[in-house]
Amino acid sequence: MKAPPLLQATDLRVAYGKIEALYGVNLQVEPGSIVSVIGPNGAGKTTLLAALMGVLPLSGGRVEFAGRDVSKLSVEVRVAQGLSLVPERRELFGELSVEDNLRLGAFARLRRGERNAAGDLESIYARFPRLKDRRRQFAATLSGGERQMLAIGRALMARPKLLMLDEPSLGLAPLITREILHIVAELRDTGVAILLIEQNARAALQISDLGYVLETGEVALQGSATELANDPRVIESYLGLRSATPVAQT
Amino acid sequence: MNTDIALWMVQDGVVTGAIYGLMALALVLVFAVTRVIFVPQGEFVSMAGLTLGTLQLGQTPGTVYLLVGGGLLVAAVEMVQAARLGLLRQRLPRLILAWIILPVAMAMLVVWLAPHKLGSWVEMALTLGLIVPVGPMLYRIAYRPLANASVLVLFIVSMAVHYALTGIELAMFGGEGLRTNAISDWVLGSGSMKIGAQSIWVVSASVACMVVLWFFFERSLYGKALRATAINRVGARLVGISTDLAGRTAFLLAAAIGALSGLLMSPITTVYFDSGLMIGLKGFVGAILGGMVSYPLAVLGAVGVGLLESFSSFWASAYKETIVFTLLIPVLLWRSLTARHLVAEDEEE
Repeated sequence: MKAPPLLQATDLRVAYGKIEALYGVNLQVEPGSIVSVIGPNGAGKTTLLAALMGVLPLSGGRVEFAGRDVSKLSVEVRVAQGLSLVPERRELFGELSVEDNLRLGAFARLRRGERNAAGDLESIYARFPRLKDRRRQFAATLSGGERQMLAIGRALMARPKLLMLDEPSLGLAPLITREILHIVAELRDTGVAILLIEQNARAALQISDLGYVLETGEVALQGSATELANDPRVIESYLGLRSATPVAQT
Repeated sequence: MNTDIALWMVQDGVVTGAIYGLMALALVLVFAVTRVIFVPQGEFVSMAGLTLGTLQLGQTPGTVYLLVGGGLLVAAVEMVQAARLGLLRQRLPRLILAWIILPVAMAMLVVWLAPHKLGSWVEMALTLGLIVPVGPMLYRIAYRPLANASVLVLFIVSMAVHYALTGIELAMFGGEGLRTNAISDWVLGSGSMKIGAQSIWVVSASVACMVVLWFFFERSLYGKALRATAINRVGARLVGISTDLAGRTAFLLAAAIGALSGLLMSPITTVYFDSGLMIGLKGFVGAILGGMVSYPLAVLGAVGVGLLESFSSFWASAYKETIVFTLLIPVLLWRSLTARHLVAEDEEE
């Protein structure tokens, strides 16, 4: 008997008014694995994560998380159950300090009365030493890479079982991108499952266990990350001639 | 004008300015967190003044019906929503406790204690207990269902809430004004330079309230959560701060600040059922001076409004309101010339 997946999306549908953005997407994430979703712009990748998080309402289908149907639950309740999203725009609290941003990341836990949440600050600082140097600065003063680290750190403060990352490398220099993806791979080893959306398909598939290719609101292909990386259609559309160029290129 | 009169007017201006300052704080708070321009803020002031006045006469204030009625309405709205989500059975016990049992218990306590005239402090505590819960109730009934509407729609709702509350106040307290007893009647100083105890109460309580708010926003988790919601609503939801919780807390604070202002002000001025609008609007002018975002500037602006009003009532008393509101025009012109980005942000939402 196999353990049930951590996240199971069944026939997921989302519509903006009358325009459907997702037509019946099925997706699974196993505990402790990294799953990548790749695909062209406008395929509905960001919509998919927003729908899984509850930021966007579903027009059909359902989301099960940790064995519970969470389709009707609010964003806040999903956060409390261990689902976290680092959105494309980071959505930090610019006029609060780095440390306050992190502390608020544990809001759901602190509200439940978990007093040890403050101790997690140190482990976040250990993972992102640069945030420690800047702990008293306003989040708005950080560089792009630091902002992404803060966004990930803030999400980790909630101790998620599943961390969803929307384009973590967007707007970052190749070196920082590699650093961030390296940290993502490390997080998996601490037991956090990751659902990753990434423009840099090659780098994403390199650290992933499974991959999905999303095209115009539907899953076009799915398989293990190595299968996808060697699939001729994927190579042509998403990896392209870059297969000859160095990995970190974005 | 001689120095004595000037000093007296400064004192008068600072005392009313302190009340306007509290209004301005509440308005900035509610706007930052919920984007609601809370026109009825002053209604908490008049309601608190009239409730305290009625209690001091040994009668039961009409506010008990407002509290119980509001509670029942919220309970009904919440039950319908819970039933739609299929969570009625889980939520029912808490709903009944929070919105029916507690308000009824508070109302019964007031009905029981009112005829005994237990003195200023008890009566003030009862007044706060009756009025503060009305804040979150208003949020739940009038604003929460429209939480994603535009600033303009929310403003129109505020106008409606203002008229509704003024009407309810007329029904509860009648058209007669009330003035409450001063907390203490000693006078500081002598001769021409006298400072009434109530003035000192007003200013020191306002300052204390501002210090408490400062600590709340700088030090406490919930204060930080409110600021986070004001800065980035999406980010706040993603860390588990619900818009609903933030809205309720903001309205709770606004009602508490309003009710406290009413307790402080009612011994100085006679309060009528419709006194609230003017007090709220003066605070609003102060808040505008602070750009609706800065707390210290809003308070300074409001104290400035108090001083301006005090001096203009000496030189041109017929025009005192005109002068205060005319001040808005140059300020708004200057603001709209310097703060383009605020408009852009608003359109984005």
